[in-house]
Amino acid sequence: MQAVLRKRDDRVAGWLFLVPVIVGFLIFYAYPTVRGVWYSFTDYSLLNDPAYVGADNYRELVGDAQFWNALKVTAYYVVVNIGSQTLIALGLAALMHRLTRSVVLRAALLVPWLVPNVTIGLLWAWLLDPDLGFVNHLLGVVGIDTTLSFNSPTWAMPLVALVNSWAYTGYTALLLYAGMLQIPQGLYESAAIDGAGEVRMFRSITLPLLRPIIALVLVVSLIGSFQIFDTVAVVYGGKAPIPEARVIYYYIFQQAFTYFHMGYAAAVAMVLVLVLGVLTALQMRMLRASRSDLG
Amino acid sequence: MLKRASWLALVAALVVTVFPFYWMIRTALTPAADLFRDSTALWPSNPTLINFTRVLGLVSSEEARAAGGSGAEIDFLLYTANSLVYSGLIAIVQTLCCAMAGYAFARLRFPGRDLVFGVIVAALMVPPIFTLLPNFVLVKQLDLVNTFPGLVLPSLLMTPFAVFFLRQFFLSIPRDVEEAATLEGIGKWGMFWRIVLPMSRGPLITIGLTTIVWSWKDYLWPLLVGKAEETRVLTVGLGVFLQQSPNRAPDWTGLMAGSVLSVVPVLLLLVFLGRRLVQSLNFSGMK
Repeated sequence: MQAVLRKRDDRVAGWLFLVPVIVGFLIFYAYPTVRGVWYSFTDYSLLNDPAYVGADNYRELVGDAQFWNALKVTAYYVVVNIGSQTLIALGLAALMHRLTRSVVLRAALLVPWLVPNVTIGLLWAWLLDPDLGFVNHLLGVVGIDTTLSFNSPTWAMPLVALVNSWAYTGYTALLLYAGMLQIPQGLYESAAIDGAGEVRMFRSITLPLLRPIIALVLVVSLIGSFQIFDTVAVVYGGKAPIPEARVIYYYIFQQAFTYFHMGYAAAVAMVLVLVLGVLTALQMRMLRASRSDLG
Repeated sequence: MLKRASWLALVAALVVTVFPFYWMIRTALTPAADLFRDSTALWPSNPTLINFTRVLGLVSSEEARAAGGSGAEIDFLLYTANSLVYSGLIAIVQTLCCAMAGYAFARLRFPGRDLVFGVIVAALMVPPIFTLLPNFVLVKQLDLVNTFPGLVLPSLLMTPFAVFFLRQFFLSIPRDVEEAATLEGIGKWGMFWRIVLPMSRGPLITIGLTTIVWSWKDYLWPLLVGKAEETRVLTVGLGVFLQQSPNRAPDWTGLMAGSVLSVVPVLLLLVFLGRRLVQSLNFSGMK
């Protein structure tokens, strides 16, 4: 009898506890998701009512060179960004792990992560100013005869990627470092007794035991990386970027709010959902694999 | 040898991380007229605070123009206040609502619980831009563009991640205290507010802090919904400032002064709550 009563209690309390979250979820997640899918099958300019056009937006998308370019540019960005950021972060984390527990150092490395991407973009637009930028001045001092600029088709995307790596490497390093702290210290001590050097220990102890964390960090930052927008929106002075830097988020933004092609923008966003869906599925598989790996 | 090289690498990383911020401050302290002459100087020849006072709207527009401003109305004092309200409000309300839900998902038993949780977690896979387009339409239809409700409502009550994170947390804490409290005859509601919440202060502050940082950094949504002066947050203010600045010779000293203002509050957060923030990384590392 008492058990039944308690169950009834939970039922009422349970749903009451969920009210704010369910309201927020239905209005600002579920409803817009359904609406977004619907828009992708319509012609909608924000001024008129959405008019159903079947798969027209998707057909247009297949032949849209700018769309494919945006995908390509974004992929390029993701590879440079994630590659540099993860490698340097791994190195930094390993150095910290073996050398120091300094909280001040960790806090300092975290600072760029705390700062809005808009600020980061502005700061680097200034540092990389073709005439007065300090980084270009340094390059001149060292004797490199190139001017780095976001307006250079060759340098635009690598620069944006490296700027964001600069902003997120410390954060990533701290995530990996937190993972390294879980590795039993004894392993390193006995390896040292056996005469293993630091490099050997990194390869044979740190890397294999950290693999699940690396996989997790990698995929989470990968998905975040696809959503690059702020930096691109800022380093071109708030105007449209050059085509070599027109990433997928910016393309969607432009279609929706510059050209008012809401339906088309929704279709492009659907493609992004699919791409990220595949990546998430990959993430799940990797996580499962890594879990069984750890035992 | 290896040890020395390792330290050197760490110090180098530190310099690369910190120096750009030093340069930001240095530029903000340089008079606009000296920008060219001092472009490589490590310290301005005539340091000044005029760039700060003018972006904060504390001097007349003639004085601001004389100091290198474009003459357009710019009020970073207001934008900073807006940013604080925006991120503070979202962090507090969202954390509490998501804590309630997380607790229900972790501890209470009722039919449909796991289904609802599954649906919410599935929304983690939808990139923000996908819901952003229809949400903009919705806010526009509700006539809430350039109002604070329009700005905060979409993230005020929940994000799927916070619900997920807090459920995981409540699953991980021991049940003993709650069981003891049940014997005392406390209801679920009282239990949550009087026992569970105070007990979980640490992790709640942690996720609240993370939410503050992310909202502080928000750009695209406030750009679309709160571009008008009264609702402009710092990031949008910086973007507008940049757009108003002449293309050929941007007002770098003013822009860097505005940038410093966007760094100071989060830096204070780091100074006073650094340990908590660093801990938050340990959590997300294990999620």
